[in-house]
Amino acid sequence: MDTTTIGEIIRGDREVFPPYLYSAYRATIKRSPHLPLLEVPLTLTELTGPGPAISEITPEDADLTRNAGTGGEAIGQRIIVTGRVLDENGDPVPNTLVEVWQANAAGRYLHKRDTWPGPLDPNFLGIGRCLTNEEGVYRFLTIHPGAYPWKNDPNAWRPSHIHFSILGPSSRTRLITQMYFPGDPLHALDPIMNAVPEPYRSRMIATYDHSVTEPEWALGYRWDIVLRGPNATPFGERKENE
Amino acid sequence: MGKAPVTPTQTVGPFFHPCLLRPDAVITTLIKPETEGTRIRIEGRVLDGDGLPVDDAMVEIWQANHYGRYRHPLDQRPLPLDPTFIGFGRTGTDEEGRYWFETIKPGVVPFDDQQDQAPHILVMVFARGLLNHVVTRIYFEDEPANASDPILQRVPEERRGTLIARREEVDGSVVYRFDIRLQGEGETVFFDV
Ligand SMILES: [Fe+3]
Repeated sequence: MDTTTIGEIIRGDREVFPPYLYSAYRATIKRSPHLPLLEVPLTLTELTGPGPAISEITPEDADLTRNAGTGGEAIGQRIIVTGRVLDENGDPVPNTLVEVWQANAAGRYLHKRDTWPGPLDPNFLGIGRCLTNEEGVYRFLTIHPGAYPWKNDPNAWRPSHIHFSILGPSSRTRLITQMYFPGDPLHALDPIMNAVPEPYRSRMIATYDHSVTEPEWALGYRWDIVLRGPNATPFGERKENE
Repeated sequence: MGKAPVTPTQTVGPFFHPCLLRPDAVITTLIKPETEGTRIRIEGRVLDGDGLPVDDAMVEIWQANHYGRYRHPLDQRPLPLDPTFIGFGRTGTDEEGRYWFETIKPGVVPFDDQQDQAPHILVMVFARGLLNHVVTRIYFEDEPANASDPILQRVPEERRGTLIARREEVDGSVVYRFDIRLQGEGETVFFDV
């Protein structure tokens, strides 16, 4: 694969994060910034964020097999996806919003721009959300997403994946990424996944975990998510409030 | 570097709308009638390296309230919290790459113990083709404090204008226009935060 980068412009850890321009993923070519990102001191603006303010979530939101509200169940291999959201010190990130979206078992999204002839499932919206608990744990019940074709190059297929969006405690911890499944032969062919330098790609691959698997119900996968930075210290705290 | 291995980013892709922009997750109007502060509308477009509209972007904003306080446990300064104002907005761009928010002009927030920052709003843009989101700031054209803002002063002078929203009055209400150019001519300044 012929891949070029201009100035290796990267937000975040240069070793771990993908560059904005990764020409094998064609959509980056016209959308990647060309000028270096400006490094500035972190202020209260970056150290705060909306995460702690948003919390109107119901337990049903985390069950993608039934949250279409049709009374029917989504078709596919039932799976449990769970793990912890942590900061870089390994401390849990509690009460943070985790939003997920994915294709159905046939690899089709319920989206007006997804028009390939994979069948839709009337009982599957492919969207879910939950808040992490006090230990930083999130948990979804869903179905194994199918691989799907895209137009990046002839015969391009995205490996099975679940999109994750996490607010975290600050603007700096905001993360959108994708979780992949172990042992998928499409990994090596996927320019989106491969934009992340080896050996850090494997951080996006879940682990099959038999202790998460529930007998005669669902296969279990475990995937921990680590957000940038430790928690910062409060600013301007009034001592008389202590 | 910390003890836990940080998770790399991936693009939001083209299919995020039903999840991230479900009706109760879209926040284009950050204010309620009783919210304190000067009403403003922010309007702009997200454009690619050819100047073409990015019609599948998501834009998120984060800002302080009228008094300059953030609704966040880290901000413990003795300033009022407005119970009707969170300060978070999220929307998608339309077929012309346009986005808009109805909000209030944020107050002054500190840079450090010595210095304040000019009023500003943090902006994040996510899109297909962005393997990592981009982070920028909206400043306000008619704000005298811009001249001494410690972040703006770190921006090369010829690029500062990309961070300054232009003030317009449309039917008696104030609109600040803020286009985001991902690449090329007039490329917006993005921050490594
Ligand atoms: Fe996808």
